[in-house]
Amino acid sequence: MSETPLIRLRGITKTYGEGNTAFQALKGVDLDIQQGEFVAIMGPSGSGKSTAMNTLGCLDVPTTGTYEFQGVQVQSLSRDERARLRRRYLGFVFQGFNLLARTSAQENVELPLIYRGEPAATRHAAAARALEQVGLKGWEHHTPGELSGGQQQRVAIARAIVTEPRVLLADEPTGNLDTHRSQEIMELLWHLNAEQGITVLMVTHEHDMAAYAKRIVRFVDGVVESDERNPHPVALQAGAAHATVSDAEVTGIAGKGAPHVA
Amino acid sequence: MWLNTLLLALRSIRRNLLRSFLTILGIVIGVSAVITMVTVGNGATAAVQNQISGLGTNLLQVRPGQRMGPGGSGASAPAFKESDGEAIAAQIGGIAAVAPEARTGSVLVANGRNWSSSVIGSTNDWLTTGNWKLAGGRAFSNDELRAGGAVCLIGQTVQRELFGNTSAVGAQLRVKAMSCEVIGTLVSKGQGAFGNDQDDVVLMPIKTLQRRIVGHTRVNTLLVSMSEGADAARITSSITQLLRERRKLAETDEDNFNILDTKQLAETLSGTTKIMTMLLGAVAAVSLLVGGIGIMNIMLVSVTERTREIGLRLAIGALEREVLLQFLIEAVVLAALGGLIGIVLATGASLGLSALMSVPYQFNLSVNLLSFVFSAAIGVLFGYFPARRAARLNPIDALRHE
Repeated sequence: MSETPLIRLRGITKTYGEGNTAFQALKGVDLDIQQGEFVAIMGPSGSGKSTAMNTLGCLDVPTTGTYEFQGVQVQSLSRDERARLRRRYLGFVFQGFNLLARTSAQENVELPLIYRGEPAATRHAAAARALEQVGLKGWEHHTPGELSGGQQQRVAIARAIVTEPRVLLADEPTGNLDTHRSQEIMELLWHLNAEQGITVLMVTHEHDMAAYAKRIVRFVDGVVESDERNPHPVALQAGAAHATVSDAEVTGIAGKGAPHVA
Repeated sequence: MWLNTLLLALRSIRRNLLRSFLTILGIVIGVSAVITMVTVGNGATAAVQNQISGLGTNLLQVRPGQRMGPGGSGASAPAFKESDGEAIAAQIGGIAAVAPEARTGSVLVANGRNWSSSVIGSTNDWLTTGNWKLAGGRAFSNDELRAGGAVCLIGQTVQRELFGNTSAVGAQLRVKAMSCEVIGTLVSKGQGAFGNDQDDVVLMPIKTLQRRIVGHTRVNTLLVSMSEGADAARITSSITQLLRERRKLAETDEDNFNILDTKQLAETLSGTTKIMTMLLGAVAAVSLLVGGIGIMNIMLVSVTERTREIGLRLAIGALEREVLLQFLIEAVVLAALGGLIGIVLATGASLGLSALMSVPYQFNLSVNLLSFVFSAAIGVLFGYFPARRAARLNPIDALRHE
């Protein structure tokens, strides 16, 4: 591709610890990611995929190498500057959901907007819209304890997309869910990518989940072992099949016009 | 940023209602216990001081018999005579007034009612030495004192029990076989230092009591009121010397009378209540400490959950100082709320207890401030510093905190 990539990693290394106990998690990673991609990052435990994800998410800085995000040199930003970059352009989804306990879905989703200083009316409207987008209309006032795992993860996704981020980073988003819920979450991510153009970066070790991505990057031993296009992302074929088994919770997604091949 | 952070802090307090409540409870108990104990203790001290100063300031009470205690033989000592008091007043300097006091108990009858009370025979000096004021009527005339007139002054309790709300002045009062005219009433002095009712009293000229009621001339007590700034030790030793001569004691004999200095008594008694106050304060300070430890516990137990929460907030783009400000506001709001509730409760409890124990209520600013600041400091310290540690972590590490 000729355009300037959204993300450009060059010679990224990351070393934890010092001296004899030092451990090099990344050993020189080069990676370009374009706007609108859906990338699955795979690899065995200790391959460096999580470290790469934290670096991509501006949560951690590389030991050496350069990370350009929209032309900004992330590795030379301060802690606060990286926080501002995160709140402006990035959305996060975690394996463990990480919702605030005893707090309604609505307030959980509003949280990033509070840090962005949005007025109350904007916050309420945006949070309601984001919850509707993930198929949780009518569940705004439920707390995480009253929601299923799949619903909790969808609240977390709503929280990640409420700021209309450029990039959604998902770290094992289906790791705590059963197959059925996992597929629902993957379809949701697929739609966000396909219809809203949000760039999705997802760490997973499950091939079934990686199959939804347009591109699969495999890490082994701190370096990129393979970087391939996925010619047939699974959601294109599976959409109709899953739509038939989706319960009322996901009618929001199905109702948005999933690309059925029936 | 301030407004948003305040919003976040208040939301956090609301969703952690139990924890917030327990934190506040610790502060409330600590603050209210200390303030109540110290306030009531101080009130009790003030009450004792008031009552003793009501006995008369700079007053010496001279009684026959040795000082009470081991080897004392009060019963056998001879009583004083009126002339002993006159001699003291005439021969010793620095004395404002001397009142002889003879005392008996009697049933009083008046107005178709009867009441049992103390009857005291003395002079107008008795009013001076005892700090008594007239509520109505007049004091004794010289003629009445000299001749033993059938007149009397009554205290407020006697007034109330025998005459109710109608004025007793001019009415007749029967004391044993004698009928006397009430010529005045005394202003109430309330409870005495030993819990006795000082207003339950009838005063008449000493000659009247001696001749018409008890039938002898014994004087039970000499009340000596010293001039302002007089040297109590010198006067005490002069009186001792004079009375030893008048009672014809040999060099080797022990005093068969004793002199009690009310100022000394006041100091002793208020010293005792001050120690009681300190003791109560110490007990309450323990509860303040326990409350503080409770706050620490609650704050520290929630650190794990809060560390993950801080990690999340940092990950989604909160600045470190925003997170810290939120936790600081939370801690301050809880501590202030707890402190205020504690002070309100303590004020209520102090007022109630003071009324119950009939001691004066005195607001003590320094105790209020001190206990408030102490618990608030614990709340803020243990709410804020674990949060500060968490906010300095890498968001990833904070998110993974177990």
